[in-house]
Amino acid sequence: MTAEPKGVLTGTHELSGSQACAEGALAAGCRFLCVYPIVPAKDVSERFFARAKEVGATFVQMEDEISALAVVLGASWTGKKSMTVTSGPGFSLMMEHVGLGVMLETPCVIIDIQRVGPSEGLPNSPSQGDIMQARWGSHGDYEVIALSPNSPQEMFNLTIKAFNLSEKYRTPVMIMSDAAVARMKEEVIIPPANQIKIEPRRYFKGPKEKYLPYKWGEDLVPPMVNIGEGYRFHVTGLTHNEKGYPVMSDECQELNVHRLVNKIRRNAEKIVEVEENKTDDAEIIVVSYGITSKVALKAVDQARKNGIKVGHLRLITVWPFPDKRISELAKRTRGFVVPEMNYGQIAFELERCSHGEANVAFVHCKGKEVDDLKNIFHAIRNLLTEKTGREEIIEYRNE
Amino acid sequence: MSTEMSKEERHPIESWLRMDRIPHIWCPGCGIGTTLTAVIAALEKIEANPDEVCVVSGIGCTGRAAGYLKFDSFHTTHGRAIPFATGIKLANPKLKVMVISGDGDLVAIGGNHFVHAARRNIDLTVICVNNFIYAMTGGQVAPTTPLTAYSTTSPYGNFEPPANIPRLAEAAGAVYVARWTALHVRRLTKSIVEAIQKPGFSVVEVISPCAQYYSRINRLGDGLDMMKFYHQNSLIKHMEPTENLDIQYQEQIIVGKFVDRERVPFTELQKEGCN
Amino acid sequence: MKANPKDVFSGTYYIDGDVACAYGAAAAGCKFLAGYPITPSTEAAEAFAKLAPQIGAMFIQMEDELGSIVAVLGASWAGKKSMTITSGPGFSLMMEGIGFGAALETPFVIINIQRGGPSTGVPTRTGQADMMQARWGSHGDYEIIALSPDSPQESFEFTIKAFNLAERYRVPVMLMSDECVGHMTEKVVIPSASEIEVEPRRFYHGPKDQYLPFKPDRDLVPPMVKAGEGYRLHLTGLVHDENGYPLLDCDIDEVNQKSTTRRLVDKIRANADKIIEIKEDSLDDAEVVVVSYGITSRVALKGIEQAREYGIKVGSLRLVTVWPFPEKRITELAHKIKGFVVPEINYGQIVFEVERCSHGKANVVLVPHGGAGVHNPDDIFEAIKQVAKNKEKYEGVVEYRTSLERLIFG
Repeated sequence: MTAEPKGVLTGTHELSGSQACAEGALAAGCRFLCVYPIVPAKDVSERFFARAKEVGATFVQMEDEISALAVVLGASWTGKKSMTVTSGPGFSLMMEHVGLGVMLETPCVIIDIQRVGPSEGLPNSPSQGDIMQARWGSHGDYEVIALSPNSPQEMFNLTIKAFNLSEKYRTPVMIMSDAAVARMKEEVIIPPANQIKIEPRRYFKGPKEKYLPYKWGEDLVPPMVNIGEGYRFHVTGLTHNEKGYPVMSDECQELNVHRLVNKIRRNAEKIVEVEENKTDDAEIIVVSYGITSKVALKAVDQARKNGIKVGHLRLITVWPFPDKRISELAKRTRGFVVPEMNYGQIAFELERCSHGEANVAFVHCKGKEVDDLKNIFHAIRNLLTEKTGREEIIEYRNE
Repeated sequence: MSTEMSKEERHPIESWLRMDRIPHIWCPGCGIGTTLTAVIAALEKIEANPDEVCVVSGIGCTGRAAGYLKFDSFHTTHGRAIPFATGIKLANPKLKVMVISGDGDLVAIGGNHFVHAARRNIDLTVICVNNFIYAMTGGQVAPTTPLTAYSTTSPYGNFEPPANIPRLAEAAGAVYVARWTALHVRRLTKSIVEAIQKPGFSVVEVISPCAQYYSRINRLGDGLDMMKFYHQNSLIKHMEPTENLDIQYQEQIIVGKFVDRERVPFTELQKEGCN
Repeated sequence: MKANPKDVFSGTYYIDGDVACAYGAAAAGCKFLAGYPITPSTEAAEAFAKLAPQIGAMFIQMEDELGSIVAVLGASWAGKKSMTITSGPGFSLMMEGIGFGAALETPFVIINIQRGGPSTGVPTRTGQADMMQARWGSHGDYEIIALSPDSPQESFEFTIKAFNLAERYRVPVMLMSDECVGHMTEKVVIPSASEIEVEPRRFYHGPKDQYLPFKPDRDLVPPMVKAGEGYRLHLTGLVHDENGYPLLDCDIDEVNQKSTTRRLVDKIRANADKIIEIKEDSLDDAEVVVVSYGITSRVALKGIEQAREYGIKVGSLRLVTVWPFPEKRITELAHKIKGFVVPEINYGQIVFEVERCSHGKANVVLVPHGGAGVHNPDDIFEAIKQVAKNKEKYEGVVEYRTSLERLIFG
């Protein structure tokens, strides 16, 4: 299936990351945006709102982030592709409903324009401090899909991808953007509608009395229905059986958790997307994601010019994490350098998946290119001469 | 079990219930069952299309109501039934969306959302079953627990002034507000009919016995004793000013319809405002 | 400092884990509890509500968990040792508040009586699936301390420990209990007050006009003051300097130079060795080590016993503190053993930390459980056997297929 033309602003435009995100959502078929205002997320809402009338979309502002995500879940069940946009503090407030979305298996997209934390932090400054929270922020066992765009063009492309993944796997999908990419203005190419692939919602097509809301097939994803079509279904956040009815037993709990978790884990190979550059003969591989990947690539170039065989791996999907690929690369390389705008988050995943075969160095990036570039380059150089088997995450603090 | 019986033997509201989940979890003497029957009777009266009715509830004893009604129904998170219902209504305005939840869910943790939905006049029918306690979690004090009443977290008697739900609803902007007890089944049904048919945010409060916690901890007898109390102590006073509707411990309860006014519903405001 | 005898209800009791937490909080000098009822933690709040007038403490049931956590922060800044008690869904609602508390370096305790999840899950039955959430649940960078009791006695003792750690490091401390321990009734011995060590809040004693709320002492922890004593302090969740003032209009370099955020993380990482507490058994010659915490460590005892009878040299490492994680010890052990068996009532949380710290030197096998019950010890025994017998090196965490899983999926 391809995109509905009225949502696609085909052409070449100068857009900020936020605006590109709104356009991506509309192109993907999103017709419902519900938010609570928070800096630096407002530009997405403003663009969406400006385009809503001509596209026939709804925009609602709620009294807090908790209700914003609740509204998105409700709207999704009427058949509308729905989304919310927030930042750190709002993301934290949404955690209970992320769990509800996972449990009800409701497709929706949550955009987190990360800012410096913790708590109020620095509202206008970019950060990558919510990455682990995206994975573990809600209670109980569950898996998430999270994408990390590094440019306005990717904000457009990955927002569409996010909607497609959320429909395919019937799960909330997160876009972990940041205040810098959101504000950055670049050329964004929006293709014609018939060139944009859209994943349609998978609906149940059998007789109404035979509908079981949570009966799953091979890929562990049950087909959905809309409210108001006579299915008379019931769904609950309690552990439930195929009918959607709550059952408080060991077996039902095991079955439920097993499937929710494996729905993503077993399909991880199809979901994970990374971009590699010169990793074949690399002695050091820089692993980055989002905004930091730009400065990371510059550092890689600089290192190459200095004769160091450096490669680069960019995480497009941050979750599920590319465990296997990292384990593979670890066997062939001396070490990984992980630049992030936080105090160590994905670095821990690198350490975990390296299984001791490669060293891991973490570089704290502060968002000032000249300093970050210097620090990443230093880390590459130092890691090259580091003895193998360090068994901890190394941080070469600023010289 | 019901499929074996003849049509005359089956309970008249069975077609509206998820019979595969009956018996339900509510205690003997609880008023929620009666409330549900009134909701169903109201929907029958207006000949509602069951395929277009959607029920959303939160967490708590009343929160389980969604699970027994044979409509598209949602058992959501604590306090957030109203925003969830708002999402459904705004995305598909032709659905009849009802919120059935308890006093704690709607007015404590959900208080913020209650106030804003009333302010905006979202077209929802809210049935608030008020049993003065947090029953599902074992009998803790609620914002509606009357002064001096005992609960597991007011072991020395409640000293917090309780909420007056009709007054809160009116002040926040609700267009229809009524209160009945679980005893007043027919009048309750009539109010629910009016509430559903009224465009905008309508609230019907149902004072209900909680035989297992509230009345047991306070030694007020069982469900039937509470119903007898309602019979002897409720006074019907339509359009009584809501500031007079506070409920004191084991004293008179004023019931009736208190607010029935006109305000433009949210979806119309949205349409006009965006043009 | 010893506990105040008025706070300690010495004696031998037969109570459940939830109630034991309330007694522990009282003994620790907790004078404020703000909570919201949630199964299966309600008994703890109810017990404290009853105790409160006797120990001069304040109990308030707030309108929701958001109100509860923030009330706790306020009370702590008014000088009182404060806590809240909750379970999964409530814990999720508290995440913004926890980040706020961490940013302000407010000492407080959160007790999470974990239940089956996700979402509303199985309210009346157990789970251990909030362990990673305790570490990463709020946005931004910060560190916390988390403890895991395995009995009502430990629920009492670790609640006191939690308060002490919170005061010492000015950090949120979470007691990650679970429904099984919370609802288990066992003997609890409450000693006399003179046998209970209580960490007093470290107050500042210098001149008022020179007080800098976030200027750390040598151990990276700043001394505290309380509202109402003339310090006129300003606190904000925005990134702030030592004065507590927000660094809003500064450039990146100035922010990096003055902000206290890095110290929030370093404060715990640098003191990890003093904070971490683990209980070891028979590790010296172990071939297989079972790493567990909370109720599962008790269930694992049976599995370990069976394995030892079978002839396998099994050791046990029980996490008293789950966060910070005992990275060094796991790394050390990984060199000496064949593998780790990690039973947990979830589908993989702490096992990933064990994998991370093993650096590929030992195999790691997860014995999962969806929740709503505890493990079958036979599964733990079989997993130990599997690790002991296995000759190949596993790539990553291997999941053991439990009997329950086989029952359902065949």
